[in-house]
Formats: sequence, structure tokens, C-alpha cells
Amino acid sequence: MKKILGILILLIVVCLITAVSNENFFTAYNMQNVIRLTSLFGIISIGVAFVIISGGIDLSIGSVICLTGSLLPFLLSKGVSVPAALLLVSVVSIAIGLFHGLLITKLKLQPFIVTLCGLLIYRGIARGITEDQTQGFGTAHAGLRYLATGKIAVPFMEGFKLPVPFLIMLGLAVIAAFFLNKTIFGRYLKAIGNNETAARYSGIKTDRTVIMAYIICSFLSGAGGVLFALDINSVQPEGIGNFYELYAIAAAVLGGCSIRGGEGSILGVVIGAALMRVLRNSITMLGIPSQLEFAIIGAVILVGVVTDELVKRYAKQRRAQQQARQTSD
Amino acid sequence: MNSSPPKHSQPLLEVRQVSKQFPGVNALSRVSLTLGHGEVLAVIGENGAGKSTLMKILAGVQTPDSGTLLIDGEAVPVSNVEDALDSGIALIHQELNLSENLDIAANIFLGREPNFCGIINQKQTYLESETFLKRVGLNLSPQTLVGNLTVGQQQMVEIAKALSINARILIMDEPTSSLSLHESEALFSVIRELKAQGVSIIYISHRLGEVKDLADRVVVLRDGENAGELDRDSISHDRMVQLMVGRSVSQFFPYTPHQPGDVVLEVKELRTPANPTHPISFSLKKNEIVGISGLVGAGRTELLQVLFGIDAPRGGTIFVNGKEIHIHSPKDAIKAGLALVPEDRKLQGLILEMAVRENMSLASLSRDRRHLGMINFLKERNISAEMIAAMNIKTPNDRQIIQFLSGGNQQKVVLGKWMALNPGVLLLDEPTRGVDVGAKEEIYHLMNELASRGMAILFVSSDLEEIRGISDRVLVMHEGQMTGTLSRAEMSEEAIMQLATGQIRESVPS
Repeated sequence: MKKILGILILLIVVCLITAVSNENFFTAYNMQNVIRLTSLFGIISIGVAFVIISGGIDLSIGSVICLTGSLLPFLLSKGVSVPAALLLVSVVSIAIGLFHGLLITKLKLQPFIVTLCGLLIYRGIARGITEDQTQGFGTAHAGLRYLATGKIAVPFMEGFKLPVPFLIMLGLAVIAAFFLNKTIFGRYLKAIGNNETAARYSGIKTDRTVIMAYIICSFLSGAGGVLFALDINSVQPEGIGNFYELYAIAAAVLGGCSIRGGEGSILGVVIGAALMRVLRNSITMLGIPSQLEFAIIGAVILVGVVTDELVKRYAKQRRAQQQARQTSD
Repeated sequence: MNSSPPKHSQPLLEVRQVSKQFPGVNALSRVSLTLGHGEVLAVIGENGAGKSTLMKILAGVQTPDSGTLLIDGEAVPVSNVEDALDSGIALIHQELNLSENLDIAANIFLGREPNFCGIINQKQTYLESETFLKRVGLNLSPQTLVGNLTVGQQQMVEIAKALSINARILIMDEPTSSLSLHESEALFSVIRELKAQGVSIIYISHRLGEVKDLADRVVVLRDGENAGELDRDSISHDRMVQLMVGRSVSQFFPYTPHQPGDVVLEVKELRTPANPTHPISFSLKKNEIVGISGLVGAGRTELLQVLFGIDAPRGGTIFVNGKEIHIHSPKDAIKAGLALVPEDRKLQGLILEMAVRENMSLASLSRDRRHLGMINFLKERNISAEMIAAMNIKTPNDRQIIQFLSGGNQQKVVLGKWMALNPGVLLLDEPTRGVDVGAKEEIYHLMNELASRGMAILFVSSDLEEIRGISDRVLVMHEGQMTGTLSRAEMSEEAIMQLATGQIRESVPS
């Protein structure tokens, strides 16, 4: 909880600084945009959080986004029905997660390597299938596009409408938090992330749990890909989703997931995703040259992580002292 | 056989009031000792008594919180390994620290190679190595690869290395724990030889028999404090044990004879992946505590791991309650009624960053099938409360993160995790390693009580006192082979050591 509080404060500070410097920040239009993008990135960040908590990593997220994001409009343009196309991209993304999980648990390959290869393979496949042609929905499939671009009026808030992706993300976050905190699966996942050997010695089917984490991650990446495609309506297989795995990992880490595994909270991850989006937005709003964007985002994350580490060390020291005092009594 | 140490007015080494704390533990508090010139001083104590910490401090691996070290009456700083080596103190580790891919001479001179502009003077290293090898009685070319040596020979290389830096104090930490009887004898004669040359030796061992043979004096530690000292003339087995455990042996080991019931676990021709050429057969009965003794590397842990489904067997059959079972994973083993308290608590037994409660429930969560994959938090809380009370676990509350508990309490949580499942067969691997004397006694009482309630207990231990203190029967292993079974009446230290070092005896039908 303390961890979330820290990043929440950071988020609020960045918002306030930007709002003071530029009155356009808190306009309904800008807020809707930030919230929509936060939600889309939030979904993929929740996915990677599961993998990170299990002690692994997934670098293929951006390419899975590219694959499903290109495949959906491609299939629809070939006359495949909407439910069939959605089903197909879901199956593809779940299969990718299963594939990663099996390689990592059964062949004991390193997650970094497996998903790095995935990063190369899936984008390559997407570009091959679409022949690098820009894919889109045109003016068709308005109902489907509502999922990504729709807005819902909020009572008592003149002018502000809540983007539909926010509701999707909220639903997924609630389900994810439930799985992580209330189910045996979630407990096992954290146990494995902390100490896989001890988990195995306790009779936990560790392979099954880890595979499940990769499936969740790839599925949410795939779902994110669909929403990103619906949102921008002009999918360039070469570019869509580039670096998104890094945004997702950064959001998860900012939100309190330890890259060593074992800990993390969904609320933290969502706030982390929000911080990433707000930072980007602030860079534009504050008139900072956009070339510096990555440098600034990187620096802020680094400061956040370093502060967190220092706080943790301090807490550990104090704890050790307290313990020593107790035992010497 | 032991000549009395040469008399000097001043001790070579004096340790004065050294204390060291770790989070949650007083590893050492105000420990003192002296070491004379050419003296063999044995430091003994139960697991967790602070021997290792004290030795690490002497060797500069760890720094004490307070206290001083004096050499020849002068205080010396020993804040790192270099300081210690400069003062002439060398530690021969329990796990040898040699590079197996290098030859003997390269290992002896590692980090101090005689060289000209970075080019090693090989000839000189070989020449000088030979003299040191001679001193430790090793008839080998210094060009032999260390990887090709036996453990005993590697140990001699370590000692030669220590001599090459003019070490005046050698600390040997459990040097015989992986040596054959013959190799041990060779080591003892080297120790006597070195002693005659004026080298002082601090000898740490669990084997009280060899301590009695070798030591000029014995310092006993208990729970991080000086528990007593015995001069050469007053060294006796019983006195040593009494000082180590702080009370008489019969009080410490709560043995009540158990009436063995039906066979619960039967193992036939089991081949472990570590030692596939030695099939193992034995059986375990209800109400029975059976110890497994042997040297390091005898294949004891590997046997338990196969039984518990960590490693797959290479052949053989396992019967539980007369029914053949196939164990492919710990989950299968648990289903068959087995439980394992593993050797390395921190690596295999606990999720260190989780709370006591969560560790306690980890093995039993999935038992509750009616809860649709959700955690039954009420039940979890009840189980942990019940176990904390039953095991007398000292923790502020069950939300405490387990890494902040003492070793003994951590071990009780691992035990509690399995007690919640009420297994028919309890496998324990070094159950009292790194546990204080108080918790140790509680663990013995618990094992004894569980056995009287019908549980079958199979435990591996390197501590002979422990094996002899609480087992109804002991199985002894040597290099993967079951070399014999001893009944309670037969299990003398000598009899166990004979079997443990490879002298096979016809197994007695149990």
C-alpha cells in the first residue's frame, strides 16, 4: 500500500505541475485522451504484471499487439465475420502465451530469450501476412470501434465523457486483482515468484501456474492489440506496438512489481500506466522538445525506482534494529 | 600420542569478548578463547551454536560488532580476508574453494603468482609447490589438475596453500565430513605433523571421537556463548555432549521406545539418479523413527528427494501402506501421505518474503475443493493459529514476514506446514540444522510425539548424537549404497562410522 501511495503522489505532482503550467491539461478533451490511452496501456500492463510477479518477463507484447492489431482488420477485410475474427485473434494470442509458457517451463529456456524471439517472430508474421500494407476498418464496424473510441456521458460532469476503454480496463483490473489476491492461483504465483523451489517442494504444480501467467499476458496483449487497432483505425504493421512491451514493463515496475518476482498489485500497475501516459502528455503540454521524450520518461522512472530502493533499504535497516532490540531484551 | 603443546608465555591467538548480531539472532555474545603455539584446539557445539560465525570472524569473512582479536598479545584488525591472511590465519572451508580447471600449483599460488610483467614464472610455482605438498604428505606432481583429485587430496592442497602463505593458524571447518576413513587418518597425521612444526590448529567437528583423539583442549559453544572448556585430561564424550546441550544427554533426547506397527513405506530396489548403480531397499513402520546416517555425498538427500518426487527414480518400486505408488511430483508424494522437511530451509522450505500464515498454508490450500479455487481465508487463519500454538512458534503474529524469524521458529513453520496435512510418513532432511538448542529440543519432542501417535518418521542427519539420541533404528549409507542397518542397541559412534565409511555389513532384517 505504501508503494502505491508513493507513485500516486508522483502522479498527482506531475499532473499539478502540468496543470499549473498549461491550462489545457485539465480540459475535458485532454483528460478523455489521457484516460483512453491510460486504459489501453493499462490493459497490457496488467498482463505483463502477472508474468513479472511469477518471476519472468515478456518482451513480445508489442509484437503480439502488432499481430492481433493487423490480423483483425485484415481478416474482416477478407470477409470473415466479426465474432469469428475476434475468436481467431483470441486463440492466436492464447496459443502464443501457451507456447512461451511451455518453452520456459518444460524446456527450461530463459523467459528473456523466448520472448525476445517472439518479439521478432510475431511482427515478422504480421508483416508477412499483410504484406506491410496499412490495415484499417474504414467507416465500417462502428459498433466494434465503439469499444475503443466510444464515450459515455457522466452525470453531473458537463462536457466530460468517460471513454469506453476505461470501463474495459476497470473490469479487467477488478478481475485481475481478484485472481491475484483471492485465489489459490494468485497465491501460488506470488510464491513461485519469490521462491520457485520452495513452491515446488510444497507440492505446487509450478509449471502449470507459470504457463497460466504467460497465457494471461499474451491474451491481454492480444486484446490490447485489437483495441489499439480499433482506436487508430490505420494499422501499420511495421510500426504499431513498437516498444509497447517496455511501456508495459515500466508501468508494472513503477506500480510496485518487483522484477525479481513475487510482489505486485494491480492498482499500482494501473497507476503506473497512468503515470507513463501523463508524463508523455505533460512533455507536449509543457512545450518540451519531443526529441527529449524518452530521456525524460526514462529519467523519471529511474528516479522512482531508486527512491523506492532507498526507502526499502531504510525500512529494512530499521526493522533489523528493532529485531535486534527485541532479541536482546 | 599427543605431546603437550610447547610452552609459551603468551597465547598465539586470543579472542576477547567477541559479539556478533544478525537480524533476529545473537549469533555470538561475548565469546572468548585462546590458542597456544602448536596447539590443536577443538571448537565444538551444536548446529547454530556460533562456531561458523566465530570462524568467519577469525578469517575476516565477517566483522564482529564488538570484541578484539589479539595475536601474540597485540590487537590486530581483522576486517577482511587479507587482514586475516596477513596475521597468518587461514580458513580451510567446509566446501573447498579450489578451481578445478587449474593445476595444483596454480591453485596454491592463485592471486600471488610469482611473475615478471604479468607473465607467470611457472617453474618457480612448481618448484615451491612441491615443498608444500611434501609438508602435507601429498605425493603428487604440482601439475596435476585439481579436478582429478579426490576430496581428501583437494583438502591437502588447501592446507598446502595455507602453508604457502605462512599461515600460523589453520582453521579447519568439519574437515572430515566428506572424507573416507583412510583419508581422515591421513589428515590426522598431517595435523599432528603440522602441530610438531609449530602450526596451531582450530579444529571444528561434530565427530566427538576424533576430537577426543586430536585435541589438546576443547572449547564448547552453546547458543552463541562460551559453554565451557575441557583440558586434554578431562575430555570425555559425555562431558562434551553435556556442555554442548546444557543438560544431561538423556534429558535432551526424549527417547521413548516405540512399538513399531505395520509397514507404511516400503522401498524396493530404488535407484536414484545420483547413484543409479546402487539399488536401495528398506521399509519404514508406523510409530517408528528411523535415522539415515552417512558422510556428505553419501546420497541421503538424493534418496529423500526421489521419495518425495523432486527427482525421478531410475527404477524400483515404492509401496505406501502396501499399495504400489508412482510418484512423479511432490504433489503425488503428498497425495500418498508423504511430507518432506527439506535440507535447505531458506531455499527449499520457505517463501521468505511471505508471512508466517501464508507459508503455513501453502501445502494445504488446494485441499479445499469446495471453494472453487478461491482461498478460504478463515480456514487459513485457523490453521496457522492452531499450528503456531501447537508448535510453540515465537512470532509477534502470523502476519510477520518469515525471514525475520529465528532459524528454529522458521523450521517449526516448515514442520507446521506439513502437520496441517497430517501425513503418514514424515521425511526430514537435517531437521535441526541452524536451529538453536531450545528449538532443537522441541523438534525432538515433536518427532517423538508424532511417532507415538503413529507417524512413520525417516530423517537424515549428519549429527551422530542426534541420530543416536532419537532413532529406533539407523540406516547407514556410503557413496549411494545402503551399507547397513543398526538397531538402537547397536548404534555406537564407531559402528555407524564404520558403515558410513564403506565397510559393508549384512543388513539385519528389521
